[in-house]
Amino acid sequence: MSDRPIIDIRHAAKSYGPLEVLKDISLQVQKGRIVAIIGPSGSGKSTLLRAINDLDPLSSGEVWLDDIQVNKALPPRQYETHINSVRQNIGMVFQHFNLFPHLTVRDNITLAPKMLKGISKAEADQLAVEQLNKVGLLDRIDYYPSQLSGGQKQRVAIARALAMKPKVMLFDEATSALDPELVEEVNLVMKQLAEEHMTMIIVTHEMGFAQDVCDRVLFMDQGVVVEEGPPEVIFRNPSNERTKNFLRKHLKGQH
Amino acid sequence: MLRVFPFFLQAAWVTIQLSVLSCAMGLVCGALGAAARLSRSPALRFTGATYVSVIRGTPALIQVFILYFGGPQIGIQLEAFEAGVLALGFNIGAYMTETMRGAIISVDRGQNEAARTLGLSRFETFRSVILPQALRLMIRPLGVNINALIKGTALVAAISVVELTYTAQRYIGSTYKPFEMFLLAGSIYMVIIYVTGLGVSWLDRRVALK
Ligand SMILES: Nc1ncnc2c1ncn2[C@@H]1O[C@H](COP(=O)(O)OP(=O)(O)O)[C@@H](O)[C@H]1O
Ligand SMILES: [Mg+2]
Repeated sequence: MSDRPIIDIRHAAKSYGPLEVLKDISLQVQKGRIVAIIGPSGSGKSTLLRAINDLDPLSSGEVWLDDIQVNKALPPRQYETHINSVRQNIGMVFQHFNLFPHLTVRDNITLAPKMLKGISKAEADQLAVEQLNKVGLLDRIDYYPSQLSGGQKQRVAIARALAMKPKVMLFDEATSALDPELVEEVNLVMKQLAEEHMTMIIVTHEMGFAQDVCDRVLFMDQGVVVEEGPPEVIFRNPSNERTKNFLRKHLKGQH
Repeated sequence: MLRVFPFFLQAAWVTIQLSVLSCAMGLVCGALGAAARLSRSPALRFTGATYVSVIRGTPALIQVFILYFGGPQIGIQLEAFEAGVLALGFNIGAYMTETMRGAIISVDRGQNEAARTLGLSRFETFRSVILPQALRLMIRPLGVNINALIKGTALVAAISVVELTYTAQRYIGSTYKPFEMFLLAGSIYMVIIYVTGLGVSWLDRRVALK
């Protein structure tokens, strides 16, 4: 494990008109590390996460993945090629899964690898089997998304992202849309990734989960990182008033 | 009645040909129009929007007349049937433009994001993720457009294309039975539209999401 960050966000800022959503945020994530981002709704967590693969471009600041600047200023055509290749290294999991409803589980997983990595059908099938094994859904390989439960959908979405062999995984409230009894199966998959030392940034409302799996927790409010540190410190002994307030509200419901 | 029936069948065949050809042309115009309206180029978007608002803002009969009667003045000399197909196809294409555009933009935004996040290009995303879903969404509304088109073919009776409506009018003179003549023509339209509707439903069911 090197000290060089794999994700390096430098002075990220973002505005929608007069609304400053991100204000000068810097964040480094080392390889194999797991960072949780918590904070009230509307604080800019999704915007920050989506800036990492330039789904929501920053107004200013830089995002680096390894030695490549993600949001490099390039002419449109070159930029397209650049960003498409960068994105292959960044897996993203959404709150609402966004599985492709017209494709089977197998094809959801193999669509991008087949298209972008030029692998054969046999290799693609092998890949689908591998990834589905990982998330425990091999028996659903020929199902359509509509035939799956929410938890299963999210596990397939994770498998789909993993099939691109990304260097980092981003989770944007991956379990927020799930019925409570389905949350655990998704959390288990994420824990397993943590054990395999996948680099992850996890936006979550589940304080317990953040405490269990993350190396570091960021508390965001109104577009700034108010406080950050190891989970023991942030959850047990936060120093900022806003953090304390937020945690008081959120930990109450959990215990 | 029996005497004129074969002529009505012949006319029905002309109506079907008009419908099929102008539908094909409409689908092409609709696809191009939708592509233009959704394009990143402002000039193309403007062209697409102008096409739609001009066509939808004027009577189809006027459009048929402009092409058939006005065409020769600017060097476009067309047979009545050809002018009919072109005018009807160009006309329904504007409606199909809106249908297709509507279907494409109603595919959930998350679909685009998921595909782009995996590294697919705009084009790859459109072809493999957005379009297959949009096609499903557009079959029924396109069926509505086609229904309107089939009925709209009656307009070209006004430029003497020997289709159903024209034929009905023509045999009023020799039979003195306008009621029966129009009823017969109407019934044949209804059969054509009914069968087309079955086809649309079949297609819709076939591509429905599992
Ligand atoms: N496309 C947009 N246009 C305008 N405002 C937006 C847009 N996307 C997000 N916002 C605003 O940015 C702020 C941060 O949003 P978001 O990053 O989604 O917060 P979080 O994920 O922490 O709930 C919110 O106030 C939201 O209303
Ligand atoms: Mg959010």
